[in-house]
Amino acid sequence: MATGTAVDVVMPQMGVSVSEGTITKWLKSEGEEIAADEALLEISTDKVDTEIPSPASGVVQQILAQEGETVAVGTKIAVISPEDGAAEAPETPPEPATAQAAQESEAAAGAEGETPRAEKVEDAREAEPAAAETVETPPEPAPEAPPAPEPAAQEPAARPEPDGDGRREGKFVSPVVARIAAEHDVDVSQIEGTGRGGRVTKKDILKHIESAPAQASAAPAEEEAQAPATPAPQKQPPAPAAAPATTPAAAAGETVEPMSAMRKGIAEHMRRSLDTSAHVTSSIEVDMTKIASLRQKLKKEWAEAYGVNPTYLAFVARAVVETLKDYPWINGEIRGDSIVTRQFVNLAFAVELADGKGLIVPVVKNAETLNLLGVAKAIADVAKRAREKQLLPDDVQGGTFTITNPGGYGTFHGTPIISQPQAAILGTYAVVKRPWVVEDELGEDAIAIRSIMNLTLTYDHRLVDGALAGRFLRDLRERLENWDESAE
Amino acid sequence: MAVMTYLQAISDGLRQEMRRDKRVFVIGEDIGVYGGAFKVTQGFQEEFGPWRVIDAPLSETAIVGGCTGAAIMGMRPVAEMQFADFISCAWDHLVTVAAKQRYRAGTPVPITVRLPSGGGFSGGPFHSQNPESSFAHIPGLKVVCPATPADAKGLLIEAIQDPNPVLYFEHKHLYRRIKDEVPDERYTVPFGEARVHREGDDLSVITWGAMVYTADEAAQKLEEDGISVEILDLRTLAPWDKEAVLRSVEKTSKALVLHEDTLTGGFGAEIAATIAQEAFENLDAPVQRVAAPDTPVPFAPVLEKAFIPQVDDVIAAVKELADY
Repeated sequence: MATGTAVDVVMPQMGVSVSEGTITKWLKSEGEEIAADEALLEISTDKVDTEIPSPASGVVQQILAQEGETVAVGTKIAVISPEDGAAEAPETPPEPATAQAAQESEAAAGAEGETPRAEKVEDAREAEPAAAETVETPPEPAPEAPPAPEPAAQEPAARPEPDGDGRREGKFVSPVVARIAAEHDVDVSQIEGTGRGGRVTKKDILKHIESAPAQASAAPAEEEAQAPATPAPQKQPPAPAAAPATTPAAAAGETVEPMSAMRKGIAEHMRRSLDTSAHVTSSIEVDMTKIASLRQKLKKEWAEAYGVNPTYLAFVARAVVETLKDYPWINGEIRGDSIVTRQFVNLAFAVELADGKGLIVPVVKNAETLNLLGVAKAIADVAKRAREKQLLPDDVQGGTFTITNPGGYGTFHGTPIISQPQAAILGTYAVVKRPWVVEDELGEDAIAIRSIMNLTLTYDHRLVDGALAGRFLRDLRERLENWDESAE
Repeated sequence: MAVMTYLQAISDGLRQEMRRDKRVFVIGEDIGVYGGAFKVTQGFQEEFGPWRVIDAPLSETAIVGGCTGAAIMGMRPVAEMQFADFISCAWDHLVTVAAKQRYRAGTPVPITVRLPSGGGFSGGPFHSQNPESSFAHIPGLKVVCPATPADAKGLLIEAIQDPNPVLYFEHKHLYRRIKDEVPDERYTVPFGEARVHREGDDLSVITWGAMVYTADEAAQKLEEDGISVEILDLRTLAPWDKEAVLRSVEKTSKALVLHEDTLTGGFGAEIAATIAQEAFENLDAPVQRVAAPDTPVPFAPVLEKAFIPQVDDVIAAVKELADY
């Protein structure tokens, strides 16, 4: 140290994460001689308390930070002047005397410049206390000048608090988290995030809602204080189910599956129909013996010629179309305050889908133009296309009267629900052989074995009176029991 | 129920339909005497004769054009492109005529075009492509991409009986590599119904074709890291099962679309856009895509491996998404 250049003493980096140190005691005072590596001062950091040796031999020329002061790493805290020619140095900011010192101060400057900024970006709240503590840090300590607060260091303190709308400064809130937060009235900033950069993930918020329902619904006080003009959000009791719009949890032994669009549609329509029409059901027993024997006769002929089966349903449908001509209201509709009747019959048929999970109601348009064979073919066609999911939108619209046929499983009675906005629906049930009282050729009562089918008419009592429905069923029975083959 | 390879399942479905329905015939290059480049129609000419198993000249234009006419006249042609790549020659007939005939004239055009597609065996740029998105974009065409042997058979039969032109993409890499049980009887798999290949909770991988297996292998490895991946096999792209995708995204809130076709304008873009539009409020991360880069398929095995999405690519993308 014969060069006569003064050496700066800087606050050393006492570990990677240490950014500042507090001077606890100066072991030498200004003007005192000191040897290289002799202890100059004691400092305290949040990691260690230690003595700092002098980087050079000479005289302590200046002490720039007082005991009790906390300064950033790399801040110049003292100047050592060589023993000889010490006099000239003090007023000019001395250059770092050694390469090591230069490195240290550069590294330290880097740490000082970057660390707090990074913290600000990541989390304003965390940066805040640090800022408060570093307010007194002498920035680029000019000798003699009192340490000035670093403007940049104060900035975090001025940053806004979490603004209470579910966002936290600098942290992205994903759409699903924002939605769940809104639905549960949760302040996202109160949740510890496990996502990238501390982002609150869907799992985080669901866990938060599940684990602390009471806390979740209590808005932080500061939020209300900040926004007195806005009405306090409606406090809803926290929903016990975790996630809205996700499938509810299944209890032991249960299986939960989402409703298909079709099932939702059916559910909505069934409920709406009951809420709309005044449902009443009347039943009638029909002797189908004549038709049963006619079917036997036609079966083979039709199968060979047309590939179609003369089903009971086809006979009923054909008879219904004829009978509806005399009962326009049953083929009608209430539209607002008016009654709509038609000169055509669009006959709808409820068809169960192949998987047993749903039904669809295809329509045979202008059924009044079809004879028995035409109706049978049309029913077979729409039923097949319905099961194969090949119906076109037009195929399921515009029905004016519906027939449903649950009798295939042997049921003999039911109360179907009207397909809106129609006025009635006919149910057809199993054809069963029953002992039946008939008139013999002498006009006497006799018991015979006959093929009997029950029919139900469920009608909207707002439009169709019970007597009208009864007459319709009577005429329908008449037509079926005395089937006029020649008319077909 | 027999165990069949993916290829055997295709043959089986085709043979059953030809036995059942005399209107069904097959036409393509080397499919008759030679039994097809991949032997899908081996033995067919012996069984059905040269008039129903037709060796065509090297003209995809003629094959698809002929099929269009035959279909309009009431037949049910099944065309084989030797490689899916060659279908570009038949673009005009498929896109201008077959796809629009029903709309213009009301005539159904029940063609099935079988398309051996995909890479993984150094076939280079002319024998490795997956051009499904080009056709999924055309109204009037249906696009099918089976991943399993059972789907290969059921979707082929559905394709043959469908009244529209159907592009049936069969992945060459699966032909003899994938084996599974296939029902013996005739059955169909409906179009537009996705299959949950693997159930999971953390994120949804939406894919089809050979990538189903890439995703599955990745999912198995990711399970060890505690990441639960749901894999949805779309099975068909036109129509595609939007509802199933939205259901899965509603559950997991994170989606990755994976396909072997190149990225830009790939069908994954349609899926990603739909999720963004219709499931926005269910998303907990940006929708990710893993696909081939926008280049021709390279010959060199090393380059091809870098081109086709690999298990490690999927794992990396899934981890990125899981960590988000």
